[in-house]
Amino acid sequence: MPGTPIKDYLRESRIFNTRVTVVVVFIAILVLILIGRLAYLQIVDHRHYMTLSNENSINPVPIAPVRGLIFDRNGVVLAENYPVLTLEIVPDQVKNMKTLLAQLGKIVTLNSQDLKDFYRELREKPHFDSLILRSNLTQEEADRFAVQRYRFTGTDLHARLERYYPQGGLAVAALGYVGRISEGETKVIDDADYRGINYIGKIGIEASYENLLRGKSGIKNVEVNAKGRAIRTLGRIPPVAGENLYLNLDAQVQAAAEQALGHHRGAVVAIDPRNGGVLAFVSTPTYNPNPFVDGISDKAYRALTDNPDSPLLDRALDGRYAPGSTIKPFLALGALNSGLNPNKTFYCPGYFHLPGSSHMFHCWAWRQGGHGIVDLRKAIEQSCDVYFYNLAVHLGINRIDNILNRFGFNSKTGVDIPGELSGLVPSPAWKAAHGLPWYPGETVIMGVGQGAMLVTPLELANATAILADKGVGFEPRLVRAIQNPTTRTITYLKPVPGRTYPLKSSAYLGEIVQDMADVVSSPRGTGYFMGHTAPYQIAGKSGTAQVKDMPSDMVYNAKTTAKNLRDNAVFIAFAPVSNPRIAVAVIVEHGGFGGEVAGPVARKVMDAYLLPHKPAQADARAYGYHTN
Amino acid sequence: MNKWQRWHIDRPLFLALCLLSVVGMFVLYSAGGENTPLLIRQALRLALGFAVLVAFAQIRPETLQRWSPYIFAFGLALLLAVLAVGSVRLGARRWLNLGLFRFQPSEIMKLGMPMMLAWFFAREPLPPRGRIVALGGALSLAPILLIAKQPDLGTAALILGSVLAVLFLAGMSWRSIMFVLVLAGMATPLLWTHLHQYQKQRIETLLDPSSDPLGAGYHTIQSMIAVGSGGFFGKGWLNSSQAHLDFLPESSTDFIFAVFAEEFGFLGILMLCSLYLFVLGRSLLIAFYAQDTYARLLAGGLALTFFMYVFVNIGMVSGILPVVGVPLPLISYGGSATVTLMAAFGMLMSIHTHRRIITQ
Repeated sequence: MPGTPIKDYLRESRIFNTRVTVVVVFIAILVLILIGRLAYLQIVDHRHYMTLSNENSINPVPIAPVRGLIFDRNGVVLAENYPVLTLEIVPDQVKNMKTLLAQLGKIVTLNSQDLKDFYRELREKPHFDSLILRSNLTQEEADRFAVQRYRFTGTDLHARLERYYPQGGLAVAALGYVGRISEGETKVIDDADYRGINYIGKIGIEASYENLLRGKSGIKNVEVNAKGRAIRTLGRIPPVAGENLYLNLDAQVQAAAEQALGHHRGAVVAIDPRNGGVLAFVSTPTYNPNPFVDGISDKAYRALTDNPDSPLLDRALDGRYAPGSTIKPFLALGALNSGLNPNKTFYCPGYFHLPGSSHMFHCWAWRQGGHGIVDLRKAIEQSCDVYFYNLAVHLGINRIDNILNRFGFNSKTGVDIPGELSGLVPSPAWKAAHGLPWYPGETVIMGVGQGAMLVTPLELANATAILADKGVGFEPRLVRAIQNPTTRTITYLKPVPGRTYPLKSSAYLGEIVQDMADVVSSPRGTGYFMGHTAPYQIAGKSGTAQVKDMPSDMVYNAKTTAKNLRDNAVFIAFAPVSNPRIAVAVIVEHGGFGGEVAGPVARKVMDAYLLPHKPAQADARAYGYHTN
Repeated sequence: MNKWQRWHIDRPLFLALCLLSVVGMFVLYSAGGENTPLLIRQALRLALGFAVLVAFAQIRPETLQRWSPYIFAFGLALLLAVLAVGSVRLGARRWLNLGLFRFQPSEIMKLGMPMMLAWFFAREPLPPRGRIVALGGALSLAPILLIAKQPDLGTAALILGSVLAVLFLAGMSWRSIMFVLVLAGMATPLLWTHLHQYQKQRIETLLDPSSDPLGAGYHTIQSMIAVGSGGFFGKGWLNSSQAHLDFLPESSTDFIFAVFAEEFGFLGILMLCSLYLFVLGRSLLIAFYAQDTYARLLAGGLALTFFMYVFVNIGMVSGILPVVGVPLPLISYGGSATVTLMAAFGMLMSIHTHRRIITQ
């Protein structure tokens, strides 16, 4: 009856009563179902459940899988697992946690960090789980506990495998480390994947290959007595161990690079230009990742973060530096590719100015009166700045940006570890976005890799590898192969094509490579000091990058200038020239002159890789694994 | 006029609730591992609950009716506040931190929703036309979606249940009911894809608990063992081995019925269910005797919501419904749910004791 606003109370109450009756019938059916179900459980199936209850002393317990091992390319072990004794508590079986912890504290050492971690787990994890109170118990502590363990219901000793990095800080920038699963991580991960597992890869390879390394938990059914103490294991679903990783990284090359950098802050990245494999990935100073595994103490952590050398900064991945003159070969190749005649000369009086401007841009050799008449070959060999100031103006900023972007500058390389930063190739558009105009002088200094331009060591090595491999690039890869720990079959990862520089003629490349070889072999070359004695032919380029703008009349002297104002030393190289197998980028912070300081580091890295050396001790074999 | 009537208390309902609370304290003492401080805390909560009950019983139904839309709007605003600034516990955003204590706004909705719908339908002649039903349904959608998003699927489902209960009691036509059922059937696959991984897992493990004996299936398996091993007479008070050996998780909260079933057996269950059915019956009777549409719909809606709580909890413990966090009324350990429930019974008593006495 549409449109009747009159309430018919009698009718409403009649409808309601009918509905209530229907509801009562419906409820009766539901109650009968429920009662039926309960009767079925308690009367029909009672015997079955009674048996289960009597045997329910059988507790399913997760078994943690063995985390995959990480080897270098020759089978040197970089990350392994070793057994430790842990003291663990099942909170549900504990009557008074405070007293228990106080009493346990008298038997084993419990520092504030242990207690803090334990209380966090107590808040986050189910109380029927076994929670780690202390790990890495000494034999003495374990013995002391074992004797008195009847006093501590719900507490027991367990043997667990813990991550260990036998080489200490070697390659920590690439490897990263694992640590206890944090509060934030518990919200993101799937519990089912981490049953019985307490560790997760935090950074580096350990983080990016977490899913392969982790493996799969198993379950064992443990019979426990009335006090909850395990008596025997009944059945088990075995865990599946995580996959082993073989890196492209060569531990000997890595060690050579770390040693060569010495006490300097800096970074080295070496790449196999033929496939993008990362042979060395160094950031100094290094630090020992082992304390992070079980939660580094606040004090030790603060010591690392307060260290003025900031060892925790991964300089190879996230350090951003002015490339200095190492940018010149890339610009030169781009210029040739866009029609520059290599025989074209510029006159270098030791300085340069833009037409109509009095601002003077110096050549590094200005005090000797400049380089005189310079063609491309001489400009690269002797790193003539004035030639490249002219070249930069000749190319213009848009073409410069285009060339540099094609070598992968200004973007992440896509390396297989997380947290990579990209460098910066400034452009008029970039400045406009910041509300600033582009000045012609900025184009000039782009020619020598100064100004706002920044590169990461990884980007620089990647670009060098592109150059070495005739313009063909690959995404840098730390991991070379994955090994199934059971079948031991090794699966090699395919190189991933990266940026490729479209060359109009291979002669252009030949010209640049020859010029870079002259840098090292010609007595006037800036790299002669580092490379002329090498038994293989090296192509290189030095760079000396200003850290701070200095007045153009200030006389720079590496000896007298304060250390933190000294230039960064940069060097790029690849070898052997005829068939390059290694491309290197080196940055030494405040090292001074590139050819003298960064060059020898590059040389040692290449020597370690290219010269015949003792085969690495095959740790992999000790684990029963074989490489080919 | 006797003393009970002067305080607007319905004696049979009040005594039944007291009896349930006492039973609850006994079970909790056993399930909580004979933990006296726990028992004292629960006793304080129950005392607070009864105080709230008496307070609500004094409010006249007309006043409740006038407040209904405001309470609903207030609850909705708080739910939006939770979405914006709520604190996260155990991975769900359900709580508002009020400094002194944390508070779940969805509790207000448990009462606000049936009140709002009763108010809404009481304004129109019944049975409601299809348009009115649709409008009422739409009105209730926002809070349900907000709660489901927290995510608190159990509470959302129960509030949806209370909506359907009021709609049904209001006299929604059978054709509309069929339409809604068909719609719901079609929406199920869509809903499935929107469930969280753990929610899907709970439903999957209901079908096969042994598929994941350590994880989602663990609760169900252990509680079925507890119930089944209780048998006809039960193992006796304080003899629940499942709870005492810590095989049964959540034994003093959501799974407390399993402890009860293990200790008091099928016989105990029949008695407890009779007690619950008595409370339900008395509540429906109050709805039946109520003198206007608002009171009738509210009383009926609250009574059926109470039943749903009991049914879902026992169904979950006995393994025929998925594991959702729904407490067993007056027996499970827990604060805010008890207070909400007592407020609901206070309203029922108010409805019953504020009738204009008619001699028939």
